[in-house]
Amino acid sequence: MSTVTPQLDLTPEERAALQARSAAGRAAINAKKKLTSPWASFVAVVLAFLWTVPTFGLLVTSFRPELAIKTSGWWTFFANPETTLDNYKAVLSTEGSSGLGAYFVNSFVIVIPAVIIPICLAILAAYAFAWIDFRGRNALFVAVFALQIVPIQVTLIPLLTLYVDAGLAGTFWTIWLSHSIFALPLAIFILHNFMKEIPKELIEAARMDGAGHVKILFRVLLPLMKPAIAAFGIFQFLWVWNDLLVALTFAGGGTAVAPITVGLANLSGTRDTAWHLLSAGSFVAIIVPVVVFIALQRYFVRGLLAGGLKG
Amino acid sequence: MATVTFDKATRIYPGTERPAVDALDLAVEDGEFLVLVGPSGCGKSTSLRMLAGLEDVNAGRILIGDRDVTDVQPKDRDIAMVFQNYALYPHMTVADNMGFALKIAGKPKAEIRSRVEEAAKILDLTEYLDRKPKALSGGQRQRVAMGRAIVRQPQVFLMDEPLSNLDAKLRVQTRTQIASLQRRLGVTTVYVTHDQTEALTMGDRIAVLKDGLLQQVGTPRDMYDTPANVFVAGFIGSPAMNLGTFSLAEGYAQLGSTKISVPRTAVTALGADDNAKITIGFRPESLDVVPAGTPDSIPVLVNIVEELGSDAFVYGELTGELGSKGLLHSGAGEDQVIVRVDPRKVPAKGETIHVTIRTGEQHLFHAGSGLRIDA
Repeated sequence: MSTVTPQLDLTPEERAALQARSAAGRAAINAKKKLTSPWASFVAVVLAFLWTVPTFGLLVTSFRPELAIKTSGWWTFFANPETTLDNYKAVLSTEGSSGLGAYFVNSFVIVIPAVIIPICLAILAAYAFAWIDFRGRNALFVAVFALQIVPIQVTLIPLLTLYVDAGLAGTFWTIWLSHSIFALPLAIFILHNFMKEIPKELIEAARMDGAGHVKILFRVLLPLMKPAIAAFGIFQFLWVWNDLLVALTFAGGGTAVAPITVGLANLSGTRDTAWHLLSAGSFVAIIVPVVVFIALQRYFVRGLLAGGLKG
Repeated sequence: MATVTFDKATRIYPGTERPAVDALDLAVEDGEFLVLVGPSGCGKSTSLRMLAGLEDVNAGRILIGDRDVTDVQPKDRDIAMVFQNYALYPHMTVADNMGFALKIAGKPKAEIRSRVEEAAKILDLTEYLDRKPKALSGGQRQRVAMGRAIVRQPQVFLMDEPLSNLDAKLRVQTRTQIASLQRRLGVTTVYVTHDQTEALTMGDRIAVLKDGLLQQVGTPRDMYDTPANVFVAGFIGSPAMNLGTFSLAEGYAQLGSTKISVPRTAVTALGADDNAKITIGFRPESLDVVPAGTPDSIPVLVNIVEELGSDAFVYGELTGELGSKGLLHSGAGEDQVIVRVDPRKVPAKGETIHVTIRTGEQHLFHAGSGLRIDA
């Protein structure tokens, strides 16, 4: 079988380049037209500025000495620049009551299982809902997603009672289990919908090739689901990392299992407001989600399915 | 290699009354290339999927060789399927795509590699083995899908419209390549298409389906020369056959003042439900252009002339006393007639030509049941 020769006297590369140029060119012109309204640009710049100022102020504050923070606003920093790393040192130390170091470690201990457990369970459940035909499948799927309606606050006390009865109170298990429970309905829904998007011919082809459910899931579907898993993973990571309510309820105020959000909350209220520690602590807490997001965002690339089907 | 037998195989989709495939009886010989053809929704794909094991069989049996595979899992049927959209695994290289089934079966790496390379050589894919499907053209992807089937050395190939995503020129090219590859490998093949040209050109035999019912099975020549009923007559052949239902009087079909003689045996074969009417079909090439005034000629007003170089087809309608009575229909529509004319002497648009049906080249059908009358 031989390939077809192009009708025009152009190499395939040239033709592809031509097409790409014209398509991209047209899209660029359209986008430019829509975006070059001077008023729209002006409003966008103003909004961006307003939104960034408080965060920027926090950043500046975190580098100022404690006394300067308590006596003058952060904007005076530009007239009287005076920087120190003491705040960060205090925040990152694991000793003393002001150190957030232990909380920081706890946050990692909490967040990693709390992301992995729901993803693993949701992948299996989503596969069953998407590709295994069983009685009452649709009703059960609706029921699972309907759990999303139940407000977290309603579940806190009953859950805590259960944990205490089971002897889990005060351990990381309470937080891992709670986050997994709260995440599962949405995780199953998102992963199920993504799995349904994968053409059924691909699963049928794998079945004809002799693959059972396990091999279909791990060899064919999982590699194609990286974007969905990454998307949900980031989502769940941010939610768990930034969570205060669940952690505060199940871990209590003690440092043993409490995450950094609880530590920050303590700084801002329980004994005076330690502005110099709060600002530095916030930035320590922010840096991790930012790194995770940047590391995983490449999985958001579209078109992972490209090429498998049709011409 | 093996035969394939459908024994009254029936598929009723849940929630529907009418079977998608109704008691299909079909025997495919060892090494044969059988084409299932029919309009969309006729049950041809469902039949293939039943054979593949992707669709339940509600009644009847399906056999591959002597083995009853009705309730056997797809992977245990020793068959390979080429899908319409190819269904290549996007995250695997061409070589991995083709070797996936062998890998699952736990074959040693060296054997997988050698079988994949062998298939790649047959299909001219050797230089693409390390590419991902998205870096291939449509035709190459189609060949990878074929390769995935070949590598497994199955007893039966199943192909579900494998050419419908290719452009017209490549389709014609690939058509002959698949047919010759099948002859060379000698593997029993069941091929589904909606394109009757593909069916005629590729199949050893053709099975025409309509509404889940098998209409006729036969060689391409059989289908063309002796269609079993009105549906097959209208479906096979391009351009389509002209068909008309006429009243019979004194052994002649009456088309206005034009009389078409009908053999005595055919007249006697007509039953009560035919209501003294007969359906006559004549292919565009069975019509002769004759001078005006020839007895029993049919006047045709020329609407469009299609010139194909080797042939020319006139798409016209009946005029004069015969016009707009719904007497005739063809592939072009109600009251339309298609006539093949000498490509060197094409009539102009708006002209009226006169045609007669060449003796012995008409097809006769019962007006009631639509079945062929053998005369």
